[in-house]
Amino acid sequence: MSKINIWNPHFETMQRDDMRKVQGESLRDVVKRVYFNVPYYRDKMQSAGLNPEDINSVDDLKNLPFTTKQDLRDNYPFGLFAIPMSEIIRLHASSGTTGRPTVVGYSRRDIGIWSEVMARTFTGAGVGKDDFIQIAYGYGLFTGGLGAHYGGEMVGASVIPISGGNTRRQLQLMHDFGSTVLACTPSYASYLAEAIAEGDIKREALKLKVGVFGAEPWTENMRKEIEKNLKIKAMDIYGLSEIIGPGVSFECQYQCGLHINEDHFIPEIIDPDTLEPLPEGELGELVFTTVTKEGLPIIRYRTRDLTRLNYEKCACGRTLVRMNKCTGRSDDMLIIRGVNLFPSQIESVLLEMDETTPHYLLVVERKNNLDRLELHLEVEDHFYSDRISELQVLRMKIQSQIESTIGLSVSVKLVEPKTIERSEGKSKRVIDKRELK
Amino acid sequence: MIIKQLSVFLENKSGRLHEVFEILGKSDINVSACSVADTTEFGILRMIVSEPEKARDVLKEKLFSVNVSEIISFATPNTPGALSKTLKILSDAGISVEYLYGFSADEKSFIALRCDDVSKAVMEFQRHKLELMSASDFYKF
Repeated sequence: MSKINIWNPHFETMQRDDMRKVQGESLRDVVKRVYFNVPYYRDKMQSAGLNPEDINSVDDLKNLPFTTKQDLRDNYPFGLFAIPMSEIIRLHASSGTTGRPTVVGYSRRDIGIWSEVMARTFTGAGVGKDDFIQIAYGYGLFTGGLGAHYGGEMVGASVIPISGGNTRRQLQLMHDFGSTVLACTPSYASYLAEAIAEGDIKREALKLKVGVFGAEPWTENMRKEIEKNLKIKAMDIYGLSEIIGPGVSFECQYQCGLHINEDHFIPEIIDPDTLEPLPEGELGELVFTTVTKEGLPIIRYRTRDLTRLNYEKCACGRTLVRMNKCTGRSDDMLIIRGVNLFPSQIESVLLEMDETTPHYLLVVERKNNLDRLELHLEVEDHFYSDRISELQVLRMKIQSQIESTIGLSVSVKLVEPKTIERSEGKSKRVIDKRELK
Repeated sequence: MIIKQLSVFLENKSGRLHEVFEILGKSDINVSACSVADTTEFGILRMIVSEPEKARDVLKEKLFSVNVSEIISFATPNTPGALSKTLKILSDAGISVEYLYGFSADEKSFIALRCDDVSKAVMEFQRHKLELMSASDFYKF
């Protein structure tokens, strides 16, 4: 095996006791910062009878209040920021939500932290200054593109900020520039693999060796398929904009769990029902506290992702705690082509068009490696018409409404009344056929 | 004459059409004329039946989406060019036809037609002395 490179050996291979000390210090600091600068956290702590001095070590984490996506929305846009806007140098926002998006802000130092954790991520994937990284994550409000961009620059690689889409040009530049690293969503990687198999540019003519894939759930089977079809090593990365974006955790070359950059983001696993912390190794909801971020420090953010943690030292030498690939969610959020979707968003689009919510079902499928979203809608008397044109207009209207508010293309299928299965009086809202577990 | 037409939403699933007719048959409702319009996603069954309200109720009870709408029924001579003349009356009056279905029996052709302005179409037809059919005329077939 080739030499193992670690970007920041000091933190990435730190003894666990020392890591807990470092975390404890940063935690004390961030609690003070949010208490004195963010009224929302101060109120929450005061009503829980907590003072900043009550939080001394990681053991006290469990006493702090949680933060949810809803809290971010309620404080839209900048209500949870802990520094003046004059110190914020970047804003990102979650893609595709009805109503209020979730907004995140970064200080100059935060961008530095982000670059650092993404540099660790690329280094973990075996990427260095001699590499050419083709970044096919979307650039823009979505954190994927720019997050990978800064990390790639930090490790000194030649970064190609091509952004998403335009497959023909992707392959052309991949060939002409000699890209060695591909950073994109796993489904786009599968799509590119197919395009290579069918196109004029042969795999042998490409220098690609590794892929850094994230922003949507994928399975071990998908990994095997991508590795076989693209003839690369496919690395999983994990992140969410509320915490920092990509770079929260990453795989090393042993691919045995994702190392969490825990000197910046302290993970916990809780029972999503009782909200109590679970013992080491148990499956539960992943919760993060960002202890170093300045712009938007977040206390105990409920990711809703289900996973377990492993604190054993890894064969790569890193001591950073590892999380398993997420096996599901503790809410009903779907990730489709990198876009987060809650069934309630579809519901509010339908509500806007009609005063009563019709019965609906979302069916997600992966066809030719791309996710397809279908909305089954029960035809109800008040919008049923004997004119086909009217029904088609209704379909198109719903499709374009969803596309413009959520940013996802959907095909609407009208179905007969009472054909969507009801369970306990409530309709089943989602059928996910992608087999992501 | 303006008569009532029953239309039923059907998913493209085998057996659904049969089910509708079975329900109507058991309820002693006669279907005088019908047509099925299909799209890739779904179909719409349109019918002229002996008791439209009763038919709607029994189908609704079986959870079908049913709609009763008004259409025009008329007869033309069963000769070449007869329907063309009739449709010209509508196009001259600026009325667009949405759909129609019909059949011929002996000397006459019987047409059921849906257009964007039903009452205006009836007036035009009356002005041109077209033979309009009542519901009961239809039920004879």
